[in-house]
Amino acid sequence: MKQSGAQILIKCLEEEKVRAIFGYPGGAVLDIYDALYDSSLKHFLVRHEQGAAHAADGYARATGKPGVCLATSGPGATNLVTGLANAYMDSIPMVAFTGQVATHMIGRDSFQEADIYGITLPITKHNFLVKDVKELPRVVKESFHLATTGRPGPVLIDLPKDVCQEKTDLKYPKVSQLRGYRPVLDGHPEKISEAAAAITGARRPVICAGGGAISSGSSEVLRQLAELCAIPVTTTLMGKGVFPENHPLSLGMLGMHGTKYANYAVNECDLLITIGARFSDRVTVRADAFAPKARIIHIDIDPAEIGKNVQVDIPIVGDVKRVLEQLCQVVQARTETEEWSAKIREWKDKYPLRYHHNGKIKPQFVIEQIYEVTGGNAIIATEVGQNQMWAAQFYTFTKPRTFISSGGLGTMGFGLPAAIGAQIGRPGETVFNIAGDGSIQMNIQELATAADYKLPLKVAILNNNYLGMVRQWQDIFYNGRLAYSDISGPDYVKLAEAYGAVGMQVTRPEDVRRALQKAMQVEDRPVLIDFLVDRKENVFPMIPPEGTISKMLEE
Amino acid sequence: MFRTLTVLVENNPGVLTRVASLFSRRGYNIDSLAVGQTENPSISRMTIVVEEGDKVIEQVTKQLHKLIDVIKVSDITEEEYVDRELILIKTDADPSVRGEIMQIVEIFRARIVDIGQNTLTIEATGDEGKIRAIIEALRPFRIRELVRTGKIAMLRGSRFNTVENGN
Repeated sequence: MKQSGAQILIKCLEEEKVRAIFGYPGGAVLDIYDALYDSSLKHFLVRHEQGAAHAADGYARATGKPGVCLATSGPGATNLVTGLANAYMDSIPMVAFTGQVATHMIGRDSFQEADIYGITLPITKHNFLVKDVKELPRVVKESFHLATTGRPGPVLIDLPKDVCQEKTDLKYPKVSQLRGYRPVLDGHPEKISEAAAAITGARRPVICAGGGAISSGSSEVLRQLAELCAIPVTTTLMGKGVFPENHPLSLGMLGMHGTKYANYAVNECDLLITIGARFSDRVTVRADAFAPKARIIHIDIDPAEIGKNVQVDIPIVGDVKRVLEQLCQVVQARTETEEWSAKIREWKDKYPLRYHHNGKIKPQFVIEQIYEVTGGNAIIATEVGQNQMWAAQFYTFTKPRTFISSGGLGTMGFGLPAAIGAQIGRPGETVFNIAGDGSIQMNIQELATAADYKLPLKVAILNNNYLGMVRQWQDIFYNGRLAYSDISGPDYVKLAEAYGAVGMQVTRPEDVRRALQKAMQVEDRPVLIDFLVDRKENVFPMIPPEGTISKMLEE
Repeated sequence: MFRTLTVLVENNPGVLTRVASLFSRRGYNIDSLAVGQTENPSISRMTIVVEEGDKVIEQVTKQLHKLIDVIKVSDITEEEYVDRELILIKTDADPSVRGEIMQIVEIFRARIVDIGQNTLTIEATGDEGKIRAIIEALRPFRIRELVRTGKIAMLRGSRFNTVENGN
């Protein structure tokens, strides 16, 4: 039976067991929407295409399944761009579909035409412009394969309107065959033994786990390795939750706003085992002074990450989980562990993360209260800036896929739509979006989406009436010249209510907990709480850009 | 230093853009790039000459590999290979110097392919050294226009740079 390209697309998505599509209709995708109308696929209507991309991203981060989004040609497609760049930087599996003007109209500056294929070349793992409906099933198969295997990432498929209308027989391929794409999964045995020997012989080893450890599902085996060899574990922002932060071996997060003890440990270690992380500048701060006394083992699925930012001694290319399993089979436990453990304990006791109460609501206190009220079991999405760093520092993450944050791109406005995606992907769970008053205003329209689908997610705005991180940098590095970082906002309570959400405002520390408890009772709509926090609070500790641990700024 | 890379790619639309934009995005310098279909019509072959140090070349190679449409990347700089480039040079040539130019053309086994009132157009093929030498030899006559194809290269002997016989 011949079917239209649009119908074939929907069938292919059903074959791929897609459960949720985040999208927004428009002229060039009317055929696809018409086909969706007959399908059992769940489509979630967002209020801006950027929201669709971030929601698909949040869905993928929370569930481990590829996120799917759909937008029309031209402005619909360009509105996905930030979301794609965001997913690409953080290696998140996503498949984005965009409408395109009909093939004979391409290149004529037609109405709502944009070269989204060209635009997204450098911000997707791969992309396609489908010019013949017969290619469509193969392209969809390859896209899901590419998005979810190897180093995951977003893939975009551009679909001209006539291709969606043309009819053909559907033959969905079972496997994709790409001769230029064969990710290496098993670690090289020689390198594994070399790494195992280095671990056993190390006196002061540290593990640094990143987002790759989460996407490969390595929590268990990582913990096994750390416990077997008594190796303290720090994580990057992207790695949060892969190792329980209440574990005695946990060092929390490292880097620019990392814990002092994690940064000390990395600075003093003689062996650094970096797992599924890419030595970003927010982790190394100064790459040439990073882990100066250490030999470095780097385990990553992407060979291009080896030696990109930091020279390493033992590179192992492969799937992180498989490599760790291989490693666990051959590694011998370390014998002299006590001296290093004692040193770590000393640092942890001496330099805990801290802040001081002064009668105002401290943003860190709000985070701690969210942790307590949720029993540490919530999925925490964040925006970008101070709110993100405080969430990373003061919520204790114990499970993977519970911290959903824009790491590489640092996209303000990510948190709310990502929280929507996470809540849809994991409906039974408590989802919080920890926001700043700057970031929340960047995609505030998605409150309508959340209300529409009766999502019980909670938005906690740490409202300081500043672009807080900008203000902090201006205060520290620009002589307090606060150029355009003083930002106002609407009445959030009225705004929430106008969108059909519950709105609350909290002005005193003693009311924080009660407001959160009240929010937890609401099950049929979103809740937004506006916490008026100490305006001048800074995120500490902080290693200034291009600085080293000796230049660390503290409270 | 100059490195010569042989890159086998899917003969897909957009593949040249992918490779070119990778170089510009990561800030690598291309000295020349030549591309065309191979013995297998579904595969194109690029010969890329890059001027970068060893560490950067390693990154270039890995980043190229990462492109889905790239099937195989080989750095053949240290290998035994034959390389050729074709150039066209239009030089000033009033009648008094034509004889001298024709002698140079003879020496380099190049060819005069067109003649104008006061110009000669010369075609030359050869490896890097020869091309450089003929350009230098003709420079004193005032080169008015120069166009080159970029280098193409092939391994010597019974070694292959193909998908089926990858080495």
